[in-house]
Amino acid sequence: MGSDLLSTQLSNLTTIAYFSAMVMYIAFIATKSNKVALVATFSALAGFLIQTGAIGMRWYESYALLGSEHGRAPMTNMYESVVFFAWCIVGLYLAMEWKYKYRAVGAFVMPVAVWAMLWGQMSLNKSIDPLVPALQSNWLTYHVITCFIGYAGFAIAFGVSIMFLIKIGSEERHMKEHGNTPMGGVLGMLPPTRVLDDYNYKAIMIGFPMLTLGIITGAAWAFYAWGTYWSWDPKETWSLIVWFIYAAFLHARFTRGWAGRKAAWLSILGFAATMFCYLGVNLYLSGLHSYGGV
Amino acid sequence: MTETQKKQDVTDRIWDFFCSLKLTIILLLLLSVTSIIGTVIPQNASASEYIRRYGQSNYELFVKLQFTDMYGSTWFVALLGLFCVNLICCSIKHFPRTWKFFREPVKVPTSATLSNSKNKLEISSKDSMDEVVERVQNSLKNDFAKTVRTDADGKTYLFAQKGIYSRLGAYMTHISIIVILIGAIIGNVFGFKAYVNIPEGGSVTHVTSRDGSQRIPLDFEVRCDNFDVEFYPDTRRPMLYASDLVILKDGVETYKKRITVNDPLFYEGIIFYQSSYGPAGDATITFNATDNQSGETLEFSAPLRNRVQLADGYSVIVTDFTDNDRNFGPAMRLHVITPEGTHQNPVVVWQNFPEFDVRRGGQYSFAMLGFNQPYFTGLQVAKDPGVNVVWAGCIMLIIGPFIAFFMSHKRIWVCIENNGKAIKVQVVGNAHRNQAGFALAFDDLMQKVEAAVNNESPTKEG
Ligand code: HEM
Repeated sequence: MGSDLLSTQLSNLTTIAYFSAMVMYIAFIATKSNKVALVATFSALAGFLIQTGAIGMRWYESYALLGSEHGRAPMTNMYESVVFFAWCIVGLYLAMEWKYKYRAVGAFVMPVAVWAMLWGQMSLNKSIDPLVPALQSNWLTYHVITCFIGYAGFAIAFGVSIMFLIKIGSEERHMKEHGNTPMGGVLGMLPPTRVLDDYNYKAIMIGFPMLTLGIITGAAWAFYAWGTYWSWDPKETWSLIVWFIYAAFLHARFTRGWAGRKAAWLSILGFAATMFCYLGVNLYLSGLHSYGGV
Repeated sequence: MTETQKKQDVTDRIWDFFCSLKLTIILLLLLSVTSIIGTVIPQNASASEYIRRYGQSNYELFVKLQFTDMYGSTWFVALLGLFCVNLICCSIKHFPRTWKFFREPVKVPTSATLSNSKNKLEISSKDSMDEVVERVQNSLKNDFAKTVRTDADGKTYLFAQKGIYSRLGAYMTHISIIVILIGAIIGNVFGFKAYVNIPEGGSVTHVTSRDGSQRIPLDFEVRCDNFDVEFYPDTRRPMLYASDLVILKDGVETYKKRITVNDPLFYEGIIFYQSSYGPAGDATITFNATDNQSGETLEFSAPLRNRVQLADGYSVIVTDFTDNDRNFGPAMRLHVITPEGTHQNPVVVWQNFPEFDVRRGGQYSFAMLGFNQPYFTGLQVAKDPGVNVVWAGCIMLIIGPFIAFFMSHKRIWVCIENNGKAIKVQVVGNAHRNQAGFALAFDDLMQKVEAAVNNESPTKEG
């Protein structure tokens, strides 16, 4: 169901574009060719534009299929959220690439987007269903958008942290043996760890306020839907756990100068908690909590 | 060491402990880890549920450790309290240092600032001192901020700053967290969470607290005129739950609203949310009974499980009904009672397939015409006088980090002196965050300042 929609076909094209971008970013690290990097950026951008069209199309299709009263923004089920997640990651990544010009980072960020697209396209239900009463709220849209931009920031920080940890050992050895000379080899193509560390921080500086907004819009929605802005249900609690971890990251950073390895590990831990909050809670915990209300 | 010194030492150490950022980080991580417990162990379930799931001895352990209401447990609340104390102490400790930037801005740079700054410009001019000072002042005023002039030891100093308020972003963030917690406490102390079920046509003047322990009186009466549940066509997927509510004050209708999920009714600080529904009393079933010998058909309308007299001493009871039986639509189950009192076998009759029962060929055949099920509407009721405080805190929590992360306090100092041969102008600047961005902006600004000092328009330079 849903696979015959135009939006679904556009999403398939998107997946292909993101996949090629990922391959080209990896190839860029291996070849150091700026032409390859340009192709990578171009593929990612093309995929992003196609996906923007796909999301708009799916929005339109919801009106066509469900009638003008029941159409809704395409952010209401697992499939829609996971492709939206990919869209946020690539969008934010491209913005950061444009601003900071480090293309090698794409090799570690695009895989997350490709995974999200593949999972969504291959194994989730793509049908466009009308919304049950609990989801009929504009807060849903604000909530999803803000949370996923936050998650995207954390995904980028995660990719960068992995790069950092891959590089740091050999960079330190190189510094010890050869002093401050450029590093050769494939690892030499990764940006210097000092830059990666800063990038990690910058991505979290974007992700954290967005997650804050996501939690607040969720609380507002819960208040307007059932009268409690906070009820410690597993999803809420996990989002708070994620928030605490990144708050710890930021404080360790501004005031104690925690940078480098510890920061990278904390960022990876934060992303693991993020993914548990997004997916794990639905898969492992939801049945346990009987929730008052609708 | 004297006694008082020792005491002071201890208080200092305690104070330092509460102010320390290490404590903050440990608390943040500790709160993360402990919060997981309540997401894995169901909260506020019944004792039997815990025993069934985890066994008796684990249940006793959970009770001892307060895991069954973890987020309200003494130790978790204490952890949150410590977190607030840490936040407040730390802010108190650091505020004077921040306030100094407001109260006593450094208007005259030290010679170290002048020589060690990363962002630096040195130019000289043959024009007069006064002219140069005025040009620099105007240039900074147009392109950066108004300057403050200090004349000291034969030199003229200019100082300009922007974004000093960004130094308060962290405080605003930290205060916002306290504000949110205060709002939550106000809500808990002065508000309530309750529910009430109102049958269609009925009204209530009390609600029941959510844990079932208290009946809470309202200052008014709430009536439910009607409850509707609608499904999307040809599915069992609910489309709408709605209740028509009326508020009566001293018996007079004062407010009316049709509430739906996500669109509650607000009245005198109390909010009514559409939350659930259910049958209120028995449904009334309408059906035809046809005497298969005479061919005579009569229509009946009777509540469920009520005995209905047919002709010749026969009677019928509808024992059950559903609005959708295995996707065949509405159906009812009934059995006929003979004049002798024998209960015949139960029969199922589908509303959409009346011919099935004709084919059965009993004494009577039945056709279902419809049913009317009265409902009650289930409402969550909340009063939360702290919620606006919480929202105010939330807004601060959005703005505060934004200011703290993305804005910076930028300062520029100028030293202008006559070294005998020419007028020497030194400009330095710094920003307390985002130095890289400031460095670029500084270079731009310096081109303008240089052009101004040389009395040329910057556009001419190309
Ligand atoms: C969640 C959002 C938070 C943000 C955005 C935030 C922001 C900041 C910032 C920007 C600073 C650095 C101050 C400076 O260098 O001038 C800071 C310091 C600090 N924050 Fe937070 N904070 C947050 C939450 C918390 C929480 C929940 C605590 C809990 C206790 C906390 C405790 C501290 C402490 C102790 C410092 C050290 C202050 C200093 O050294 O000046 N913060 N915070």
